[in-house]
Amino acid sequence: MSIDRRKFLKLAGLAGVGLGLSTSDLLFKGDAVASSSHSKAMAKERLAMVIDMRKFRTEEDYKRVIDACHSIHNVPTLIAEKNNPKNEVKWIWKDSYEHTFPDQSDDFHPEALKEKSFLLLCNHCDNPPCVRVCPTKATFKREDGLVIQDPHRCIGCRFCMAGCPYGSRSFNWVDPRLYLEKTDPAYPTRTMGVVEKCTFCVERLAKGLGPACAEQSNGGMVFGNLSDPNSEVRKLLASNYAIRRKPSLGTLPSVFYIIGGDENAG
Amino acid sequence: MYNGGKIIAGLIIFFGLVTFPFYSNFGKTANKVTPKLDTPVINQLEKKECVKPKEYMRTEHMKVLDEWRDEVVREGKRDKMIVGGIEIEKSLQNGCLKCHSNVKTFCDVCHTSSGVKPYCWDCHFIKEEGLL
Ligand code: HEC
Ligand code: HEC
Ligand code: HEC
Repeated sequence: MSIDRRKFLKLAGLAGVGLGLSTSDLLFKGDAVASSSHSKAMAKERLAMVIDMRKFRTEEDYKRVIDACHSIHNVPTLIAEKNNPKNEVKWIWKDSYEHTFPDQSDDFHPEALKEKSFLLLCNHCDNPPCVRVCPTKATFKREDGLVIQDPHRCIGCRFCMAGCPYGSRSFNWVDPRLYLEKTDPAYPTRTMGVVEKCTFCVERLAKGLGPACAEQSNGGMVFGNLSDPNSEVRKLLASNYAIRRKPSLGTLPSVFYIIGGDENAG
Repeated sequence: MYNGGKIIAGLIIFFGLVTFPFYSNFGKTANKVTPKLDTPVINQLEKKECVKPKEYMRTEHMKVLDEWRDEVVREGKRDKMIVGGIEIEKSLQNGCLKCHSNVKTFCDVCHTSSGVKPYCWDCHFIKEEGLL
């Protein structure tokens, strides 16, 4: 039996339609999986940080927590000073009210609050866009809610930086080792060409400690399990008004800010 | 046969050149390098042992490192282990290098002689020898 050209083309066309249908099926299914990747029902554990801005008053209050993080993770604070502020390595850093809460900047919040610096770190979102866009699965979300970046798999494509609406990631344009005054040999450095972020001190959590910044914050930063109604973070959130960054984006940040009222003045 | 002598001489030189890498390496096998095990921590060990048997470690240590790396970073399995009577972390810096604190006279001597250059030292380092 031989097949003529006409018949062949008809068959090929049909096969093409079939292929199209099956791939669109795959695509839509894939989409559904991706968009439900954050937990609808509350997970058993969801680690979160509540930052009480009323407790951050002097430069020293900020510096202490930033140094606590940078010194144990070999984060080169000097890059911003000596190289280029744009090359800042961002684990925990400060920014203005307008940059932190752009959707709220026309609110009638107390003036003292608007003049304050805010402490910023990775929000460890419940619905993290950075995880979804990472082509190598270097960035992933753990069961306890931590968003972790595996530096061994990072190819430096910077999709995560484009995906993160909070600027919580930075790319190493220069060798960070050149800007380290002191090193902590218990933790690795990083290289040029990879992205970095805050880890909520995953290596300390494994030892039963809390994040280093919280430890040095004199109660200004409280860390705990959002899924446990008796946790300190839940109690703080139940008794204080707290806001999150850019809530309308649906990323569900795990970092909360108690902004307070007049207490911020002075 | 024309020019027989020249052809045979040519052939001898040719084979000599082609086999040069083999006989010039004769007797110089990779086993000649001796990574030094003489470090303060290893000297104090109750039992002189590595995380796996020596023969296995010699050829498969990179697999151990790979497994540890994935377990620690991706699966969060950071449980400590007891080796040679001391507690160590599943870690390059706080595990392997706690005992092998002589990277230059241990890891590096082997790697240099076999022409491998692990990129791990771009990030991982050790107090005793500074940024590697
Ligand atoms: C508790 C201390 C200790 C730790 C931790 C340790 N080692 Fe060892 N290692 C030793 C000792 C002791 C020997 C020699 C064992 C023997 O002679 O049987 C050894 C042997 C070796 C050898 C074989 C050396 C040779 O002469 O052929 C290699 C390779 C090695 N270790 C790599 C590693 C790596 C990689 C790690 C981390 C994954 C590691 N070691 C962790 C103590 C340790
Ligand atoms: C007994 C000699 C020897 C010692 C000691 C040794 N290595 Fe190796 N290592 C090798 C050899 C040979 C290879 C290459 C194996 C291959 O390519 O199949 C290698 C490969 C590796 C690799 C994989 C590199 C790559 O590019 O794939 C890593 C990682 C590594 N070694 C780490 C270490 C560390 C860390 C130490 C010290 C704690 C160490 N090695 C000590 C012989 C040694
Ligand atoms: C871009 C920097 C970078 C490079 C390159 C790198 N690592 Fe790492 N590595 C890290 C960081 C950061 C961690 C996370 C430490 C933690 O969470 O405690 C880590 C963790 C690890 C761990 C588990 C925990 C620990 O403290 O050691 C192992 C094992 C490891 N790396 C092995 C390797 C090996 C083997 C290589 C080379 C083949 C390598 N790494 C290359 C940055 C790097």
